[in-house]
Amino acid sequence: MNGNNLEPVRLPNRAPRPTLASAPSGVDTASTSSVSAERPETMPSQSPRRLASRRPPLVERTTELAIRVLAYSAVAAMVLILIFIAKEAWPLLTSATIHREVTLAKMWFIQQWPGYDAPEHIWQPVSEIPKYGVWPLIVGTTKVTLIAMLVAVPLAISAAVFVSQYAGHRTREIVKPAIEFLAGIPSVVLGFFALMVMASWFQDTFGFDSRLNALVAGVALSFAVIPVVFTVCEEALGAVPRSYVEASAALGAARWQTITRVVLPAAAPGIAASIALGLGRAFGETMIVLMASGNAALLSANPAESVRTLSATIAAELAEVVFGGPHYTVLFALAVLLFVVTFGINFIGDQAIARMKRRMGVAS
Amino acid sequence: MQMATLLDESGSLAVRQLSVYYGDKKAMGPVTMTIPGRQVTALIGPSGCGKSTFLRSLNRMNELIPDCRVEGEVKLDSESIYGPGVDAVAVRRRIGMVFQKSNPFPKSIYDNVAYGLRLDGMKDRSELGGRVERALKHAALWEEVKDRLHESALGLSGGQQQRLCIARALAVEPDVILMDEPASALDPIATAHIEELIHELASEYTVVIVTHNMQQAARVSHNTAFFYMGDLVEFDTTQVIFTKPNQSRTEDYITGRFG
Amino acid sequence: MSRSSLRPSRWPHVGDVVLWLATGLATLLVLVILAVILIDVIRNGVPRLTLGFLTKSPTDGMTAGGIFPAIFGTVALVILMTIAALPAGVATAIYLHEYARPTAFATRIVRIAVNNLAGVPSIVFGLFGLGFFVQFVGGGMDKLFYDGDKVFGQPALIWAALTMAVLTLPVVIVATEEALSNVSPDVRLASAALGATKFQTIARVVLPQAVPGIMTGAILAISRGAGEVAPILFTGAAYFLPTLPHSLHDQFMQLGYHVYVLATQSPDVDATRPLLYATVLVLLVLTFALNASAIVVRSRMRRHLSRSHG
Repeated sequence: MNGNNLEPVRLPNRAPRPTLASAPSGVDTASTSSVSAERPETMPSQSPRRLASRRPPLVERTTELAIRVLAYSAVAAMVLILIFIAKEAWPLLTSATIHREVTLAKMWFIQQWPGYDAPEHIWQPVSEIPKYGVWPLIVGTTKVTLIAMLVAVPLAISAAVFVSQYAGHRTREIVKPAIEFLAGIPSVVLGFFALMVMASWFQDTFGFDSRLNALVAGVALSFAVIPVVFTVCEEALGAVPRSYVEASAALGAARWQTITRVVLPAAAPGIAASIALGLGRAFGETMIVLMASGNAALLSANPAESVRTLSATIAAELAEVVFGGPHYTVLFALAVLLFVVTFGINFIGDQAIARMKRRMGVAS
Repeated sequence: MQMATLLDESGSLAVRQLSVYYGDKKAMGPVTMTIPGRQVTALIGPSGCGKSTFLRSLNRMNELIPDCRVEGEVKLDSESIYGPGVDAVAVRRRIGMVFQKSNPFPKSIYDNVAYGLRLDGMKDRSELGGRVERALKHAALWEEVKDRLHESALGLSGGQQQRLCIARALAVEPDVILMDEPASALDPIATAHIEELIHELASEYTVVIVTHNMQQAARVSHNTAFFYMGDLVEFDTTQVIFTKPNQSRTEDYITGRFG
Repeated sequence: MSRSSLRPSRWPHVGDVVLWLATGLATLLVLVILAVILIDVIRNGVPRLTLGFLTKSPTDGMTAGGIFPAIFGTVALVILMTIAALPAGVATAIYLHEYARPTAFATRIVRIAVNNLAGVPSIVFGLFGLGFFVQFVGGGMDKLFYDGDKVFGQPALIWAALTMAVLTLPVVIVATEEALSNVSPDVRLASAALGATKFQTIARVVLPQAVPGIMTGAILAISRGAGEVAPILFTGAAYFLPTLPHSLHDQFMQLGYHVYVLATQSPDVDATRPLLYATVLVLLVLTFALNASAIVVRSRMRRHLSRSHG
């Protein structure tokens, strides 16, 4: 500006701009965890310019607190469930009155009942001599679950392969919603269908003695499991990177070879997860079995015989029990068993999947 | 296109009037050229000029894209790869490919290399092992992985993964290896390894490499083809292309007047 | 070098045909199963499906009349359930996605709890509802407020709703988390760069964008709530009530429960059959409508997202 006599242009009066001088240390401890970005503010009356931390209004702080508290609702639910079921089942271990009728040992070990030739596992709580043998229920649950998985898993995985690898856009737009709809059918409707329609059809076709049996219930149960397995499988198959498919094709693999040797193995963790999910669903399902399995606690390997599952037993018998009595307590004990086994299946499933991912070298 | 040496040795690719269409739109062509066997031919040109499309039509990989149509003829030695009833799968056994971004399978190093061999039904473990070792040696990777053949391939570095993909392609002993910008995702040291490898491979295989790096093309190839806007502009020995090209467009590209 | 010639092969690979056929048939079979169920229900249920059916109460031992009370009960149950489940579920998802450090112990515990909650058998929820809500909370309330009269300490609408809320909590959480992660990080960065606190960003920017996803979760939860029967077996559902529930501690009729009882405990199966099928049809239509609207909301949200990122 040599020899410039002009006055510098004056800007209209403005408030002094906030400065970004660094705040004295000790300000940041006020905020909670990794949260707020702080807004610099000027307080023209304060001499040392610094970034005062603005205290968030009460509404904000309360809401954040509420969020944190509510976030543990799921944890609370799990804990409460376990506590309250165990609480009602606890007398099975401790109460002398209960022990006169049933003990944990009597439930699990084979017993010799009066009037029978040989020791047997029998579940017959409502009778002159109440019997609480738990194995018929376990066998029943296993039979139905096994049948359901044997039907559902191959069908669902095959369908997932077809939809993700072969189907065109239009086919996919029909099949996926259809299966989602199948998933939305309430289990009571599936049980109804099994009871009213399937049971008769099975009996007419195969000539079973019992109209309602493990096979009918298992097949109906598979209808509920198929969508679960399908959805997760299809997603896993679709997530296999296209680069693998290209690499395989460039090495001279036919489409079916690429699918079976590269795509399916790459999707293995997802497929395993889908099976674990399906297993959990099958294992815990109540209504279908309650309506279609015949509800006879028989201990046999024959799928054409009526069965009783753990969950159906609870559902069917809880209405008629004496509150606090031995039958009541045992039913709650069965619920504890169900809860623990389901937790175990989930846990093992998660571990297996994590190990699979690690072995493939994929970051989980 | 005068060629310095037009030996119709085993492994040459004779391309006649090849055009590629996506739907109704012509992406590339018509191109006529003969890629000599047992030499390295580089395809250069600005992005979008059709060189990758051309490359992928040499092993019928374009067919994986829906709505893609190919016209013209490509002959591997004397057999047409687009002939009636010719199986694309068989073509790809003879003409292999390495991709820009290395794509090893989420399997062990050994299983990656053995993949192509197993497709053929090879089961004998000693035979497989021998072929795997040979392929890995050819790809200059054997020393680095021989003690961890059964570890996951995804644990290798980027450069090693790319060499693994090359080993995988070599294991089936193709006649031709196509490489689509094989080193563009790698650091300079890994790139140098790959270039050295390409040089050695030329003694046994026909190599066609797409690259956007002109210096790489000059270093590595015997012949160079310059593509521009879907057409083949000029094809000659690398020396000619880079010192006295015949076409002005070639010269403009080489000297960096456009890129 | 092995030199297989490129001999012309006129046949596609056998393996390709076999795989395509096998998987295609499996898919077809699944679709056929769905069709058979639907056709059977529609064929047998439609004749009985009249406006009167939807608005009247059952009469003549469930052989005539309508199922309005069951519809009413289902709706009431579902509304209460959603009021309870939404805030807790959304809050949990917000915490997990926005506040929690992924490797912190607390975070992992919450995640484990959510994952396992989703897997608990429905009958166990029912027992939990009985043991905790009905007996503990309800019984406690009776002692405190009603001098021991049995008001809340028995199966009731409120307890059934809360039990269902616990059951559907994971559905809401998962859907909300997905919605939150679909909000683009650019938008969050922009908000932070303008000097907003984390809370403000969430409340003013992220959450509004996540609303469609949250709605999807709510709709899916409602769909489950309308259909699940096991949890309400002992916590509030009843087969026949002379009046509609008019307070939180009343029992209620419910569509799914009605189907269950009619199908398994009806004294005259043939006579109640038409009513039963029609009830099933109503339940299916309701479920279908809910699922369909969830799909519509989700796809519209996806289109909106892809447009704004186009």
